[in-house]
Amino acid sequence: MRVQFKSSYDDDINLFQDNRHRIQYGILILLAIAAPFVLPEYFVGELTQIAIWSLAGLGLMLLVGHTGQVSLGHAAFMAIGAFANIALMTRGWPFIPALIASAVITGVAGAVLARPLLRMTGIYLAIATLALSVIIEDIAIIAEPVTGGVSGVFAPIIELFGYEIDRYGTPTAFYYLCLGVLLLVTLMYANLLRSPTGRAFLAVRDSEVSARALGVNVANTKTLAFTLSCAITGLAGALYAHMVQVVNYESFLILISITLLLQVVIGGLGSMHGAFLGAMVVVLLPQVIATLRDLVNAHTPIALGNYPGMDMAAFALIILIMVIYEPRGLYGVWLKVRTWFQLFPLYRKGMFRRSRTYLKTERMR
Amino acid sequence: MDVLQLLVSGIANGCIYGLLALGFVLIYKASEAVNFAQGDMLMLGAFLGITFINTGYADMPFLLGLVCAALVLGVFGYLLERFVLRGIFGQPQFAMVILTIALGFLMRFFAGTVWGHNPMSLETPFTGQVLRAGGLIIPMVDAVIIGATVLLTTVLYFFFARTRLGVAMQASSQNQMAAYYMGIPVKRVNAIVWALAGVVAAIAGVLFAAKGAVEPSVGLLFGIKAFAAAVIGGLGSLPGALVGGLLVGIVEPFAGRYLPSGFGQVAPYVLMLAVLILRPGGLFAQVSQKKV
Repeated sequence: MRVQFKSSYDDDINLFQDNRHRIQYGILILLAIAAPFVLPEYFVGELTQIAIWSLAGLGLMLLVGHTGQVSLGHAAFMAIGAFANIALMTRGWPFIPALIASAVITGVAGAVLARPLLRMTGIYLAIATLALSVIIEDIAIIAEPVTGGVSGVFAPIIELFGYEIDRYGTPTAFYYLCLGVLLLVTLMYANLLRSPTGRAFLAVRDSEVSARALGVNVANTKTLAFTLSCAITGLAGALYAHMVQVVNYESFLILISITLLLQVVIGGLGSMHGAFLGAMVVVLLPQVIATLRDLVNAHTPIALGNYPGMDMAAFALIILIMVIYEPRGLYGVWLKVRTWFQLFPLYRKGMFRRSRTYLKTERMR
Repeated sequence: MDVLQLLVSGIANGCIYGLLALGFVLIYKASEAVNFAQGDMLMLGAFLGITFINTGYADMPFLLGLVCAALVLGVFGYLLERFVLRGIFGQPQFAMVILTIALGFLMRFFAGTVWGHNPMSLETPFTGQVLRAGGLIIPMVDAVIIGATVLLTTVLYFFFARTRLGVAMQASSQNQMAAYYMGIPVKRVNAIVWALAGVVAAIAGVLFAAKGAVEPSVGLLFGIKAFAAAVIGGLGSLPGALVGGLLVGIVEPFAGRYLPSGFGQVAPYVLMLAVLILRPGGLFAQVSQKKV
């Protein structure tokens, strides 16, 4: 086990702990950049999906994992980002300003909704945002000039620095575009977390009362978290629109909101890594299940293909097991495995156990 | 007349929402958890009712089938709490939300595998019959739903006010720790509350199936509307759940009739958001301050 000696406050909040840390992430980024040269085209598409869902997951993670505000309606904000981006681009805006504008529009929408929404806490907030997700489906039909009504709108081809980027025509270029946006947002996010604002988020998550006592303006902090979270989700929505190419009211069903939340949980609440791990599960699990299904069909008389909805059920089962046995998600599993190896003979089972609270707090706010 | 007619069908729908919301509130009161799978439990109850009652399946009389469905779902609710949900007792409220959402997915998959994805409806002795009162035509189904809701509410009221178990539930809902110290078996009470929620969901499901068609995915959207109902009433209040259910049930057909198309669907949620913004704890909230 390496012991890190911290000799100043900066050591605590540095972006990278040490050079080893720096090299690890450098290799990871290089691998992500090299991937399209090695992998077949199909997997590049999958990687693009992972990048986009990671981005959406980061947006939700900021709100749920780091500020402690449960949102079950983030597909609504993906929808706002997607429709805003397409609407601006079809009206002649170039891609980059349209992308930034869609993030800003979604952020503003989030900020407007945040004030009334954040008067609620816990369960009430979750259900209110759930309702938001239902409402947006109907708004997407009603607001026909922007959203194309029932039939939806086509995403125009992206023109960037003289190149035409198209999901199917030039998948590699689109992958790099998504990766670039993801890296920028990740960097911004990591920097945000080590700023006073980021630590205010964590304080609000852990205890609103003590955060207020420490001088944090709880309402403003929550609103800011909601705004930033929505802006990131809006970015993801805009990229998602370009990936699926046609979006209508059905593209952002309530199921997407729920999946997004489950993704964040399965990855590991309260860690940025969790958003990425969760995205990998969400995107790759259907592939794994399809492969398994083919295997089972080929070797046994049971025709698994006859049971629709298997992916969702398997996903749900994983979540079930995860929530009961590993509340910290996949990142928690990784943490435990790493610690086990670091401390090899000395690891104790109860090392990561958290104390439980049986008191009723939510109702007494 | 038109208005009265809408009102009757709205009230009948509202009763089902109210019953389902009652299930939410029961669970919320006892364990401060929200069961996001309650709508799917209604769906299971409806399918169980169809299995017990319809000709070609078990072919039971209506009331016997209803009781059987309620019993099966009650036992299911009990086992669910005993073997799945007890594992996360004491973890943040959020864990329960995720867990019950996942359970809902599994129930939907189970129902789709067992009963298929085609809509089914229940054969009842009163299907197609109508009551005439003046110029008003009331479908027998609606009358039965309203009657059943009134009956069930009365039974639940006396259960909570007069029986030992009911009082124990109230106590553990107000403060689990204190109830535990006073010798109330809080864990068992929780399991019984889940069983009770299962029974209520089964009854709501059978009534729902008597009125319309059931398919595996019906639970999700229906559940969300019942949430809206429970939240409008204030999650911790039993009468609030019924009032919220009736409000949602009544608002829906009226908005569909008198507002431009597309707004009718949204009306219950808009109503809920409006209530939440004005009174963040719902209409019947118990207001109390948190002390540090």
